[in-house]
Order: sequence, then structure tokens, then C-alpha cells
Amino acid sequence: MAHIELRGITKKFGATTALRKLDLQIGDGEFFVLLGQTGAGKTTTLRLIAGLEKPTEGQIFIDGVDVGTWGPAERDVALVLQQYSLYPRYTVRENLEFPLKAKIRRVEPDEMRDRVARAAKILRIEHLLDRKTERLSGGEMQRVSIGRAIVRKPRVFLMDEPLSALDAKLREALRTELKNLQMTLGATFLFVTHDQIEAMSMADKIGVLDRGRLVQTGTPNEIYNNPRNTFVARSVGSPPINLFEGRLQGGRAVIKPGTFELPLNGQAVPDEGRPIIFGVRPEDVSVEPGAAVEATVHDVENHGVEKILTLNAAQTIFRATVPATLKVEVDETVRCAWNPQKVILFDGSSGLSLRHAG
Amino acid sequence: MAAVQTSRQRLANRLAIAAVIVVTLIFLAPIYWIGSTAFKPRALATTVPPTVLFQPEITPFIKLFTKRVQLTRPVEEEVYEAAPWWERRIYDGGERVLRVGDSVQLSGYPDRFKNSLIVAVTSTLLAVSMGTLTAYGFSRFRVPGEQDWLFFILSTRMLPPVVVAIPMFLMYRAVGMTDTHIGLIILYTAFNLSFSVWLMKGFIDEIPKEYEEAALVDGYTRMQAFFKIVLPEATTGIAATAVFCFITAWNEYAFALMLTNRDAQTAPPFIPAQVGSGLTDWTAIAAGTFLFLLPVAIFTFLLRNHLLRGMSFGAIRK
Repeated sequence: MAHIELRGITKKFGATTALRKLDLQIGDGEFFVLLGQTGAGKTTTLRLIAGLEKPTEGQIFIDGVDVGTWGPAERDVALVLQQYSLYPRYTVRENLEFPLKAKIRRVEPDEMRDRVARAAKILRIEHLLDRKTERLSGGEMQRVSIGRAIVRKPRVFLMDEPLSALDAKLREALRTELKNLQMTLGATFLFVTHDQIEAMSMADKIGVLDRGRLVQTGTPNEIYNNPRNTFVARSVGSPPINLFEGRLQGGRAVIKPGTFELPLNGQAVPDEGRPIIFGVRPEDVSVEPGAAVEATVHDVENHGVEKILTLNAAQTIFRATVPATLKVEVDETVRCAWNPQKVILFDGSSGLSLRHAG
Repeated sequence: MAAVQTSRQRLANRLAIAAVIVVTLIFLAPIYWIGSTAFKPRALATTVPPTVLFQPEITPFIKLFTKRVQLTRPVEEEVYEAAPWWERRIYDGGERVLRVGDSVQLSGYPDRFKNSLIVAVTSTLLAVSMGTLTAYGFSRFRVPGEQDWLFFILSTRMLPPVVVAIPMFLMYRAVGMTDTHIGLIILYTAFNLSFSVWLMKGFIDEIPKEYEEAALVDGYTRMQAFFKIVLPEATTGIAATAVFCFITAWNEYAFALMLTNRDAQTAPPFIPAQVGSGLTDWTAIAAGTFLFLLPVAIFTFLLRNHLLRGMSFGAIRK
């Protein structure tokens, strides 16, 4: 268990900069998820903390100690990767024992048997212990590789998209297991993913990375409801947030003058005519008779308890999540409105949330 | 896909198999020739057309291992009777085995064979181990000018070795390394190294570096990770590289002929010089060649499983 701090980390690979001036704090016992697209620098961050890469600039602290000169072995972190993480030729048991056999750890044979047994029990892989790793399914392999991290009792668990190679059902199951595991162990987890559902469902805190910059850190709630800019707003939520370009006029949001105007209930700032991007999540768009805006139904996706409508109002396409009981047909004309309290205002040119920018 | 073969496919298969058999026979013919000559009576060795059916005998091997001289007069009856069976074979051929006191004088062959083993085995071990480490370095670390270095290493193979024969000879003579094991070992190691580096780099590139990184994070040093994770994964590549290096070193003729003459001479330059007394004794030469083929055959046979994977390297992925 440990506290991790990255201070002003920049990492360059030749001419490309993978991370720029990254500052990051991960609290003791926290489940921290780094969310970002491919190439955003998630894996690089992980490898820097593990000691597999050296930062071009900046410092890394584990429990307040600068570990810049430490090798991976000394940092006492565990790494779980998406694939290739199990040693071939070894059985599951040998894989689990491998980190304990390292000279720097000197674990007694009895202790080793204990720890392997305990990890196997937690992950329900006891029946696989004597199997060769080539003969495991994807989910079993990932369990074993998490087990190899657990037996060590490391200070930090680093996980690099450990679930993304698995099929949807298994991914869901392991997600819950991982979260439970983290709570049982009370360990610090840094989990890297491009999957917003993983981030939202597991994280105590999420850090959103965009092309090497950390845009925002916060609880899933903060990230979802109070994104710092349009990038963060778009990176969580399914279906994604609706972003309308428009202007502020008389305390109203004007997206298409005359045909697409909605109230803001005092959220407006006194910048008359300022270009604004209005963000509203599909669940905050309502479809009801007599609402302010007329729209045609472009598409209906039935998801069981709810329907996702794709609507077209004044040539602007957006989405609304409505109860499945609502009867709508494609091409039907409906009336819709938004919950003015939930509308997020972003600056029209910078994309920064006005709440954050002040 | 249906497993039913059309008659056309069957015919194509048969033709392919027939072609393989023909090519194999062509390749095996010289080996059969050497093997059969090694067991022929001397008189049948050079008959035209070659004798295919004959009573195999061991005499060529006895000749190979002994020093002999031509008999000037027929051997006495009681000497012949008292001689062991193998010595009588020599008397039968009109020669006698040289003795100093009571002990039989051995020919140079066993020593040359031993030299060949020492030189080939040592240089193979060196070339493969140095090549593996170098390849690992190139594969896993950022080496400034990596492509240039690799090209430079390969370029040592770009001119025929015989071009450097004379400078080599002069250099070896100047430093006193002619006719030494170490001289040939260095030469063969240098010659095989470029090959070994390139081949091993290909194999090591194929091993995901995630394995080692996992080991590093798990508390092992780079060296331990190399020995515990990389090396076992690279066995196939190492075996294939070792066989190629061994064959090159084992069969090398020109430099061995030029740089050695007695103490460190290997078998290849020795065998043809093994003319015996009087006319060239092809049966003894064939016997020497036959024995000389065995280590490569055994070595290759032992590593055959790895070799198959090694040869098809690149075509088949794990």
C-alpha cells in the first residue's frame, strides 16, 4: 500500500512527446483509473511508475521517496498486462511462485505455499494450479496474472488494460472481482483503460489523459457531471454527451435562432452573444408533448428499460435517453426539452467549462 | 472444407512425393558413395562401373588409424600366424603396421579428429553465446546507429574469405598463432559471429519483451530475467544457430590447410593427405571422411526438433 506522486513528468521518445508536464497524485488504498485513447500516454505513465522507462523530466515519488534511480525490482510494484504476462513453459503454480522466488524477496517455502494457496483461492484458480499456462482460457490467464501480482503483496498494483482482451461477459465479471479484490486487499491500484465503463464502474478517482496531458482528475461523479472541458465530457457517458454550438441570448441558449432555443434557468453568465458549446447528457433531454423544441425521430434503439432516440431538430442531430414505455416511431415528430440545471456551458473556442474557468 | 481429394490432387501429390524422393536420392548419392567405399576392399574402390555388391570389410578403418609401410618381402608364416586379426588384414594388403618396440604406431587421424572437435565445439560455443548476447542487446536496447552496426557486422561476410587468406596468414605468423587451436577458434568464431548475431536477433525479436519486463517488475535483475525467461524461449534459435555454426567450423578447409600443419591441424586438410604408402588409398580416405561426417549427423539429429522450427522460422508463428 502506498501513495504515489508524479511531479512534472515529461517523457519523450525521440521526437515524439508521450507525456507533458504530468502531475498526478494517487492516494493510499485508492482505485485510480487513467482513462484515455490509444496513444494518450496511459501505458507510458504506468511503465514510468514501474521503472521500465525513465522520465525525460520530472520526479516520481512512492510514499514520499523519490524513486528516480530505482530499478523495477526495487520499486515493489506489480504489473498486470493485457497479454503476454504469463511465463510460457511454466505451470500456473510456477507462475505464481516466480515473483516469490526472486532473490530480493527471500520468501520461505512454507510462506510461499501459503501465499500461492491464498491467491489461488481468492481468484478461484485452485483447480488450475498444475496446468501449463498455454492450456488456459483468456479469463483464466488474466486471473493467474492478477494472482501473480497478489502473491507479492506489492505496494502498488499497476494494471494495463488487463480486461480488454477478454469477451464482454467475462470482462464484466472480472470488473466486479477486481473492484472487490481491491477493497479486500485495501491496496493502491492504478488501472489504465480506454473503456469508460471500466473507469466509471471501478474507479475511486479517474484521471483523463489527452495526448500526453492530464486534463482532469476527480471522482467518477465529478468527471461525469462536471467535466473540465468538452474532451472530458465526451470521454465518459454512453451514449455520449450532446454538444450544441450556439450563443447566449437573453439568458437563453440559442442553437438555431427561432427554431432551437432553450432556457438556462439563470445558469447564464452575463456575456450576451458569447459563442458557447452547450453540453447536455442524453438522459437530461426529455421528450414530452408541449416541450419547447420540435424534432423528428431519426432512429430508435431499444435497450430494454430505456430507449435511445436519435433526434433531429433544425438540422442538429442529438440523442435522448427516454423510458422504454414511451411510444415513438422513426420519422415521427416529437417535442423535446432539456433539464436546464444539467446543462454544462463550455467556452465556444477553448472548449473549457465555464464552471471551471470561472 | 471437404476432405475428399480429386484424382487430380492425388496425382499432383504423388508427383510431388516422387520429385522429393528423386532430389533426396541425388543428395544422398555422394554420401552413399563415401559410405560404401569406406567398407570396400581396396581393389574394388576404383572399379568402373562402381561395384555395388561386395563383402564389406573393416580394413579401411584399420588402415585409417595405423601407420603402415610397404612390405619389401613376403611376411614369414609364423609372424603372420602370431599377428592379431586386424594386423593380418594389413599384411594381406602387402603392407605392415609400424611398431616402436611393441606398441603400434597410430596414424595422425585420431589427433586431427580431436583437433576438429576442439576447434569446432569451442568456436561454436563462443559464436553462439556472443551472438546471442549481442543480438539481445540490439533487440532490446536503443543502440545509437543500430542499423549501421548490424550492417557492419553482416558486411564481414560480404567478401569471399579466401580474399583475406594471405593477410591472415601473415598476421598469424607474426603473432605466432599458426598451428594453434586458439588461432583457428578465433578465426571460426569471428567468421560465424555475424551469422549468429543476425540469426539470433531474428529469434529474440520474436520473444515478446513483456515477459522480461514482467520478470523485472517481479524482482529479478536484467541478467536473471535473461537467463530465466529469454534463454529458454530462445532454445530453438540457439539450436539452429549452433548447428549452422558447427557445420561451418567443422567443414572449413582452406584456412585450416593454410594455418595449421601438425599440432592443431583439423581433419579436413588431413584426410586428403592420407595417401598411405604407394598409390592413393581411396578406401582409407573414404573411411576417414565417413567418420568425419558422423558428428555433424549426430549433432543435427539430436537437435532435429528445434531445427525444423528454426528452418521454417518466420513462416510459422508460435
